[in-house]
Formats: sequence, C-alpha cells, structure tokens
Amino acid sequence: MKRCDAMVDVGRRKFLAGASFAAASAAAATIPITEAKAGPGPARVDYPSNRLANVRDLKVNEPLNVSYPDQDAPGVLLKLGKRVPDGVGPDGDIVGFSTTCPHKGFPLAYNKSDRTLNCPGHYSRFDCEAGGLQVWGQATQNLPQYVLRVDANGDIHAEGVDELLYGRLSNVL
Amino acid sequence: MAYKRQIDRLPIVPKDAKEFNVTCHYCIVGCGYKAYTWPTNKQGGTAADKNKFGADLSKQQPAETANWYAPSMYNIVKQNGEDVHIVIKPDKDCVVNSGLGSVRGARIAEMSYSRQRNTQLQRLTDPMVWRYGQMQPTSWDDALDLVARVTVGVINEMGEDGLFVSAFDHGGAGGGYENTWGTGKLYFGAMKVKNIRIHNRPAYNSEVHATRDMGVGELNNCYEDAELADTIVAVGTNALETQTNYFLNHWVPNLRGASLDKKKAEFGAEPVEQGRIIIVDPRRTVTVNACEVEAGKDRVMHLAINSGSDLALFNAWLTYIADKGWVDKAFIAASTKDFDKAVAANKTSLEEAARITGLTVDQIRQSAEWIAQPKAGGARRRTMFAYEKGLIWGNDNYRTNGALVNVALATGNIGRPGGGCVRMGGHQEGYSRPSDAHVGRPAAYVDRLLIGGKGGVHHIWGCDHYKTTLNAFKFKQAYKKRTDMVKDAMLTAPYGDRPAMVNAILAAIKKGGLFAVDVDIVPTKIGEACHVLLPAATSGEANLTSMNGERRMRLTERYMDPPGQAMPDSLIAARIANHMERVLREQGKAKYADQFKGFDWKTEEDAFMDGYHGHEKGGQFVTYERLRAMGTNGFQEPAVDFKDGKLIGTKRLFADGKFNSKDGKATFMETQWRGLQAPGKEAERKKWPFLINNGRANVVWQNAYLDQDNEFVMDRFPFPFIQMNPQDMAELKLKEGDLVEVYNDNGSTQAIVYPTATAKRKQTFMLFANPNGVQGNVVSPGVNELIIPNYKQTWGAIRKLTDAPEAVRHLSFKSQEFSV
Repeated sequence: MKRCDAMVDVGRRKFLAGASFAAASAAAATIPITEAKAGPGPARVDYPSNRLANVRDLKVNEPLNVSYPDQDAPGVLLKLGKRVPDGVGPDGDIVGFSTTCPHKGFPLAYNKSDRTLNCPGHYSRFDCEAGGLQVWGQATQNLPQYVLRVDANGDIHAEGVDELLYGRLSNVL
Repeated sequence: MAYKRQIDRLPIVPKDAKEFNVTCHYCIVGCGYKAYTWPTNKQGGTAADKNKFGADLSKQQPAETANWYAPSMYNIVKQNGEDVHIVIKPDKDCVVNSGLGSVRGARIAEMSYSRQRNTQLQRLTDPMVWRYGQMQPTSWDDALDLVARVTVGVINEMGEDGLFVSAFDHGGAGGGYENTWGTGKLYFGAMKVKNIRIHNRPAYNSEVHATRDMGVGELNNCYEDAELADTIVAVGTNALETQTNYFLNHWVPNLRGASLDKKKAEFGAEPVEQGRIIIVDPRRTVTVNACEVEAGKDRVMHLAINSGSDLALFNAWLTYIADKGWVDKAFIAASTKDFDKAVAANKTSLEEAARITGLTVDQIRQSAEWIAQPKAGGARRRTMFAYEKGLIWGNDNYRTNGALVNVALATGNIGRPGGGCVRMGGHQEGYSRPSDAHVGRPAAYVDRLLIGGKGGVHHIWGCDHYKTTLNAFKFKQAYKKRTDMVKDAMLTAPYGDRPAMVNAILAAIKKGGLFAVDVDIVPTKIGEACHVLLPAATSGEANLTSMNGERRMRLTERYMDPPGQAMPDSLIAARIANHMERVLREQGKAKYADQFKGFDWKTEEDAFMDGYHGHEKGGQFVTYERLRAMGTNGFQEPAVDFKDGKLIGTKRLFADGKFNSKDGKATFMETQWRGLQAPGKEAERKKWPFLINNGRANVVWQNAYLDQDNEFVMDRFPFPFIQMNPQDMAELKLKEGDLVEVYNDNGSTQAIVYPTATAKRKQTFMLFANPNGVQGNVVSPGVNELIIPNYKQTWGAIRKLTDAPEAVRHLSFKSQEFSV
C-alpha cells in the first residue's frame, strides 16, 4: 500500500520520469551515430535492504540508534507502544527516522515525554507519532521516514526512505 | 500520514550553470539566495570538477553545507522560452542570512510556475474578463480598452474621486520600487486619486505615523545592532516566526554570548556581556522559548501584558528612567526637544502601570533597569527597541508607537551602535511614488466608503481585502452585492459590442454598482467579485528592487519567464495609462490626456530609472548594473556615493544626531493612556468571553496566496488554527483539530483548535488572513484617529462546528516549543 502511494505521488509530480532521469539518459548517449541503448532505468534509487535490529531489541519509547542507508546517515528506531502511520511489527508501532535535521543538518534529539525529535540548531521539531510531521520548524520537508519490513524472525529491515536526506543529492551515495 | 515528496535524488547543478542574484521576495528580512539554471538535457556530476560547488558530492555533506539543496529548492521552469532546471538556494555569502533559509524562502523554487512539474498552476496567465457569465481569457488590448473606457467613463461622471484604488506600497513580491513607482505615477502623477488604500489597511497612511512625526524614520538601525545591544526590547514581534533569519542570524548570537568579540572590538573598554532580552507580548510565543533556550531564563524577561496595554508600560518606563536620571542628557539637549513636557504629560507610576498591564511592579522596575540602568563604570546601556504588528495593529497605535520612541530617545539609543528603535517589518520595503499629500490626513476610510456605495470603479493591485481587511464579513457582503450588479448588467450586452457593453456597465454603476479590476499573480478571493483580472509577473520573472529592514537594497535578477502573458505591474500601470490617454484623446479631452504622457516604458528597468533613480534620495547613484555588481549584499540606503566600482550606503540613520525635521531635532511626544482607544472595543471586550488575538505562523507567508497551492503547507494547516487553553477546550467540549466557529457582532469565521498549554485562560490566538478562515471577519470597523485598524484587540465567542475534518486527522497538535 505504501509503495502504491509512493508511485502515485511520483507520477503526479512527473518528477523522475519526466525530468532528471531523461537528462541522465541523454547525457549517457555521447556517441552521436550510435543509437542510445539505455533502456528505461529504475525511476528511483536502489535502496539496500539492511537489517537494523530485531523487534526484541526494542523497548517502548527507548530510541535505538541506527544508520541507513549507510553509516553516514544516522537514524533511530522507535517502538511507540501504539499503532502509528507506517508502523510495522506485531503491534504496528515500530517506526524509523533519519535523525539529521532536513533544515541544516544538525543532529536531532529525542524527547521521550512527547515523542518528538528536536533540533538544537534552529528549534525545529518532528512528531514521531505522526510520520515525522514537522510540528514547527524551518525545514521544508517532513522528517524522512524509513520503509521498514519485519521478517518471520522479527528482524527489522529498512528498505527505503520517503524524503531526500540532508547533505546528499541522492539518498544512496 | 504526513506529506512526503518521495523524492530521493535531485539533478546536480553543473559547473557551467548560470547564476543569478536573488533576494527572497517574502518577508522584510530579504535573505540572499542564488538561482542556478541549466538546460534540461544536461546535468552536473558528483566529482568536484563536475559541479557548481567544486565539492565531492559522492560524500555525505556536513551540517550547514552550501553544497546541498532540498527538493523544495528545485524546479523546472521556462527561461527565454526554453525549459531549464532551476535551483534556488540560500547564499552563504549574504550577510543577512549567512546561508540560512527559512521555511518560506527555501521554497521559492517550488513556489514558481512550472507546467513541467505542476507547481503554482494557479497563476494567472492571461487577462480575463467577465464574459457570458464567467471569467474568460482575452488579449491585453481588449482588457485594457475595457478598463480604460469604464475608468474614463466613471471619471467623466464622478471625477477622479469615483476611481477607488487598493494598492501595495511595499517591496518584495507584489511590490518593489519599479511597481510602486508605476502605480504611483499613474494614480498620484497622471491623476490625483484620493480614495486609495494599502494592501493591509483601509486607508492610505503610514502604519508608524508617530515615529515619523517625531522625526525618527522607523528603519534606523542595522541588523548588526542586534548583535551589539546589551538589551533587546521586542514589542509585539514574534521574530523567530516572522523575521526568522534576522532572529537566528543576528539576535541568537547575542543571546548565546557568541557576539562578545564583536562587542569588544566595537566598544573597547566598555563593559560588555551576553545579551538580555525583554519581550512584550500577551502570548508566550516560540520566540520566548528560543530566547530562554539560548540566553537562559534569567536573561529573558517575558512581559505578558494585558492585551493592548503596552502604552502604560512604556510611559512607566519613561517615568522611572527619568526619575532615576538614567537618561542621555547630552543627547537630549543636542538632538531633541520637548523632553520635559513629555515626561510631565506621560507620568505613570509603576503601580499604576502594574494595574493596567497586569504585570507586577517588580517586573516593570526590573525591565526598566535592563533598559537603562548604567553599566559598570557608568557607561550607557545599549538597548535596541524593535516592534511590529502587536504594536502597529494594536490598541492606540499612534500614541503607543510614540511612547516607545520616547524611551529610545530618552536613553540615547537612536543612531548609535547596539541601539535603534525600529519596526521589524512585514514585507520588504520598496516605496517610490510622487507626493501623496493630496490624499490628506486623516486619509479617506476607503472600506467604509465602498461599503457605503461610493465610487464607481475599483482598481486592485496585489491586495485581497476579503482576507486581509478589518470588518471583512460586512465588506464582502457589500462588495459582492455591488459588483454583482455590474456582472448582471454585463450579461445584457454582447461582449463584442464595446459601446453597448460600456454603457451597460456605466448604467449599473449609476445604480450603485461597482466595476472591479484586479491586478494579481493568482486568483484571489476578492478577484471572485471582479470583472477584469490582469496577470502580473512576480519577483524573478522580472527584475525587481527592494530594501530590507536595515534598508539593504538589492536587485533580484530575472531568472525565469512570467507565466503566459503576465507582465510586471510597472508595465501594466504604464499600459493602463497609455490606454486612458488614447480614450481621452478620442473623447476630445486633449489636456487631460496629456497628463498620461510619460508612460512609454518598455521594460521594468525603464520604470526604475524614471522612478527610483530619478526621484529617490541617493537614487542618482543607483542603476541595475551597479546593483547587479553589488550581489546579494547590495548596499544600505540611502546611497551616498559610487566609488571604486561600489555603491556606498548608510549603515545607520541619524548617526550624526540630526533627525528628520526642519531643525534636525527629534521631538518627544505626549502619549497619555486612554484605555482601549478604538470605538466599540471596550464594549466588545465586556460582551464576549474570548480574546481572539491573531497573527502569523512560521510556515505560511502572508495571506497564503502562493501557499494555498503548496502541498507541504496545506498539509500542515489546511485550515487556520486557533490556539486555546486546554481547560477552555474542556469547558466547550472541544478536542484537538475540531473545526470551530469564532463569532461576534462583526461576523463569523472558522478555525481548527490547537490545544496550547501556555495559552492564558480565555485568550486565544488565531492565524491571520487565511483563505480558509478569515480572522478579519470578526474584527470590528473601529480604527484610530489616522484610520489604522486594530486587529489584535478582538473579542468573540467560540462554538463547535464539527469534529476534525479528514484533512486534519493526521496532523500533530503537540507543543510548538523546542524541548529536549
């Protein structure tokens, strides 16, 4: 369901299909007389499927530091104790977010009392129970949230991110 | 689910991308940006030699990097008819914002017209006319001919007083020197239009009459003064949300103690320390919170006064400071007059002020000490006074403004480093017009005249009274009725029969109808009542000059095409003048027609040279070419020279102790307290249970004219919010997100409830000027003696309309205050 929504959104904005990817294909065709063979490539970057933790590792409202999609992209896994948007696991309450503020890249701090991630740089705050919605702040994006999958063993895998991460022009470097 | 763009990579700006100077066209601060454009079939690479930043973009970039841009900073637009990629990102080298982007400015690219990426498709692309019962596209010549014939017809019948005008007077988008001059030359040069008002108030007047009457221009300091001050006094300004990067880049360093080196360098042996701040605001804002986070609670004083009682506080400050002898005697003697008179007239004891304001005597005394008690060794305390809509749109505007300037003058804080008594500002400034002296003082209360059936034709420039005026509910009812009369009359003649059409319109006007012409960039709420819509270009689609809150003037270069047939306002004004001249000649009125000469501008630069360059103080030094070379830092007005390829400006006004008066002296003002000044306000306060305080939110710019078509903003606030104390909510059986009606005798409107623990009982705060719930609907018509509205002191009742609508259910209603 999540992925369907994502594709609808991409299609509506005609973003990658219409513009940048076309540009990439064009740039690749450098020999004029050779017909460009580049077929339609993936519209989005290929995300790794990374095991971040097991559901047993998580305690309600105790943030677990993780990184995704690579070591330079810090994030957090949270078990919120109540079903939330895009929450996974047996209780639908496990979510993961980037902890780099999408405004100026400062590290976010978790506030246990109201389950928000807060930025000491310019006071932005994001609601972990509302899909990373910016409660108040300077960022022009809501907080990038992980696409998570829990397998039969309870291992939690991250397999995508729903917004551009701060400090990189491609989520997968 | 929170709105997500699902964008996981962006095209990279290539090394050879074109670069343009951009000043953010939203708020007064005017942050510096750069626009980069390049052809759609090209892109840069991650290698350092393949991108504009010379950086290895295959690596994660650190915090505050200049080598990253958010999806909101990217788009595809037309430039000289070709599709180009565009990135508009904050400029690290601009001294105003040092690379910071606000939640508004960092969306400039996304808020641009793009048929390729479906952004801002609401923009007006063609002149539109009321034809066959709806708005239909037409040519410029056709639309302007109709406008000119009806306008001339009305003037023939009623004189120029039959022509009503609503026009922006500011800089940035929907304004700027070119466009204020274009409209000004038309209405104050070619004509002498008297029934004219400004975008956010019902008359043609200054919002800060008092300070000007005292000889103290309101933008008299520089942003660096906020870094140098010992104490900042912030009155009715929520700077973190509404002048964001001024606050973040210039106030916060002082509050953190990070500007100490700068203070030492500037002031030598004078004792300096981390800054303090006094915030006068009935409401606890995120600004108060941020100041406490940075400076510590012991260096922040939040004076949560009774709404509208500022004047009593300022008079008490003046009285106490004068009694203590903490005044700048030498400055008062050399540069001012009427000090003793004002001190005597305004005498207010701490106890009396405490009773009126609801503060304690200690709070008032301590705040006076923070303002004026000499520092160790007897050095004068440097205090900067900043005020905005809480004062400007609050009780007794004129006297309250004067009372604050009194304190600044008495303490010698104008024209000195670390001082100033300034308005914070809303839009940027950009005023250049022929004299408005014929308008008179007080100026005509235009809204009331329109409601009362006066005038025959109304030209509207970038204003939306339906959203941004007082008494808006009744205004809309009267305006719709009058403009509908003309709409109905227009259905009685074939559109192509111009004489019959003009006759039908003029006949309807004689019966009380009103013909309305709306010049704007998007369809507005008042535009729904209009008969002609004329599409304007905005900042970046035309070259545009403005100045910010420290008088810093920059040129935003044209980096993209306007949508469709849209033109800069300056040229629309010129073309209206051309058509009026033609119609007048046709009617044999050659002498009057001659007044409309001088509008043969081909470009916005022609308007700039005719207006700012030819008429403004220091304008003779300023040209587009010179401004372009000054980049995003520009210079501070007025220009005093052009030397070594640079425009030389003025860092602070009145640094020589000479003020704007014949004798060069500033005048203290008598400003006695007189309760709630605007007629009807005191009765309203007694009758209704809730204060409906109102103002802005960080994420929304102005009346949301662009934001209403932005998913990120509309996802966050599909309706205006009203902050309420949770106990008040419980009494009314309200839950977070419920849609409520706010009502009183003036009208009614709607908002969603945002529980706010810090809100005082019975004191709410509603988002102002929102298209989906107009706060102005419940604001009374009461104004001050110079026709300044009082939006802030409004009282009403609240009742539930419905549970949270679907668009609201996924939202967060947690506290907006940063906390860890």
